[in-house]
Amino acid sequence: MKTDPRAVKTGVYYIDGDVAAGLGALAAGCTFIGGYPITPSTEAAEAFARVAPSAGAMFIQMEDELGSIASIIGAAWAGVKSMTITSGPGYSLMMENIGLGAMLETPFVLLNIQRAGPSTGVPTKTGQADMMQSRWGSHGDYELIAIAPDSPQEMFDYTIKAFNLAERYRCPVMIMSDECVGHMTEKVVIPRAEEIEIEPRRFYTGLPDEYLPFKPDADLVPKMVKAGDGYNLYITGLIHDERGYPVKNEEFKSAYVRRLVDKIRLNKDKIIEIKEEGISGAEVIVVSYGISSRVAVRGIERAREKGIKVGNLRLVTVWPFPDEKICELAKTIKAFVVPEINYGQIVYEVDRCSHGKANVVLVPHGGSGVHNPDDIFDAIVYAAKQEGKIEGVVEYKTKLEKSIFGGGNKLKK
Amino acid sequence: MAEIRFAGYGGQGIIRSGIIAGKAASIHDNKYATMSQSFGPEARGGACSSQLVVSETKVLYPYVVAADVLVAMSQEGYDKFEPELGDKGLLLIDEDMVKSKPPRGKIKILSIPATRFAEQLGNKIVANVVMLGFFTAITKIVSYEAMKKALPGSVPDKALALNQSAFEKGHDYGKQQLASAQ
Repeated sequence: MKTDPRAVKTGVYYIDGDVAAGLGALAAGCTFIGGYPITPSTEAAEAFARVAPSAGAMFIQMEDELGSIASIIGAAWAGVKSMTITSGPGYSLMMENIGLGAMLETPFVLLNIQRAGPSTGVPTKTGQADMMQSRWGSHGDYELIAIAPDSPQEMFDYTIKAFNLAERYRCPVMIMSDECVGHMTEKVVIPRAEEIEIEPRRFYTGLPDEYLPFKPDADLVPKMVKAGDGYNLYITGLIHDERGYPVKNEEFKSAYVRRLVDKIRLNKDKIIEIKEEGISGAEVIVVSYGISSRVAVRGIERAREKGIKVGNLRLVTVWPFPDEKICELAKTIKAFVVPEINYGQIVYEVDRCSHGKANVVLVPHGGSGVHNPDDIFDAIVYAAKQEGKIEGVVEYKTKLEKSIFGGGNKLKK
Repeated sequence: MAEIRFAGYGGQGIIRSGIIAGKAASIHDNKYATMSQSFGPEARGGACSSQLVVSETKVLYPYVVAADVLVAMSQEGYDKFEPELGDKGLLLIDEDMVKSKPPRGKIKILSIPATRFAEQLGNKIVANVVMLGFFTAITKIVSYEAMKKALPGSVPDKALALNQSAFEKGHDYGKQQLASAQ
């Protein structure tokens, strides 16, 4: 279906990624954001709040992050598309209810403008160290979707996509952006409403007496109703049957959680989006996401000038992870080089999927800034030179690290 | 491609300068322009800078490596970012705010009393826009027409006329300097 024309601020803008995400949420049909301000994400909430009334939408500043995420789960069950926006410590506070969202199969979007951690860290500077938290932060087994945009235009476009995926699979979708992209200003084109396709809520339309809130369709995703519309609706974080009532038996628990993870895992091919360039015939492939994928391009270009065959694989969706793709590529190349603004998160996924077929080189960064592209270039040169398999992930020591800690070129783990 | 760094302190409109020049370049000159900002936790007074990369093709790496132009409106900003300026770079300073060292390499220094001009126009808050006018005349990285078009909507409506005069003041001063240099 097409989106509400009132929600689309068509035009050509020069805005930052945060603002673009706020406008993207509105264009996607989001009519409720509950949030608590935190640097460097606040501009997204402000941008949404400024224009929300003109589209019948609403922003409420909640008492804290626990309230924020609880409010958007409630809003989703009241029938609207909802989002929350946060960063750093705020993201940590939201973990419990992300699990509740997954358990209740609640469609919502969480925008995390990652900043340098741990704890309060450096609020105004960047980081990419919440990637594993986004996958595993809440307790128990569940699956969700995470997207890592790399420009303000993508912040607009992929916020819409995030809402569509949330509705399609009835699960939380994380937009794992970061301070660099959030505070980066570029031209953003907001198209006309009739050019924006949105996924409608999958509402149940049958008889009220026959409604079962957790009875899945053939694609494993159940239909929703609006709370308060006269349906018998009981929802709980306890493992529940198709009626929503708590059940304790072992078989049922397995079947239920199996469906929660399978509705994402079995649809991986439809969900995963990667951008690849120069992969064919490459000896080294750089795997990156978010801001690091833009930084990596300079290192890749330099390496190509030196005659090294380097491919560029950008994870647009990070979760679910493209296991098969990495596994296939590992058989054909010497090494993966993974630059990320942390001390090793996605690199271990790449290593897991490589099954020992290719070397895996991490180019770490402690946060508060982005990589010097020279470090990525150096790591590519190093990776291309290695003959034979090196066990485990090799951590390539950057110029910054060497200047602080001295020592040789690389740390072997 | 041109890499530009605007440096000053919070409250001077340093980030706003990057936004106006970037908007002019990307929307009105149809180039690609990426602006990134950096600031401390304070709203005002702290060191603050914005970096702008302007290119004929899509900007991939969005940060300044060796600046082609450094626009310095505070001593701290100058001290911090002068080493980042390329050997053939151009340094534009507010002469009342920045004392520069003798230039290294082939660096060219041009100065303007931007804050003083802004005060004469009635409000020192537009010093950044005086500087933008000067920047436009000297560097020609962004066209005069594009900059003029970028002002409305980038500054408060009630201050538009003041900002336009500020821009013209800086631009005229820049043109005079270019003429006298020839």
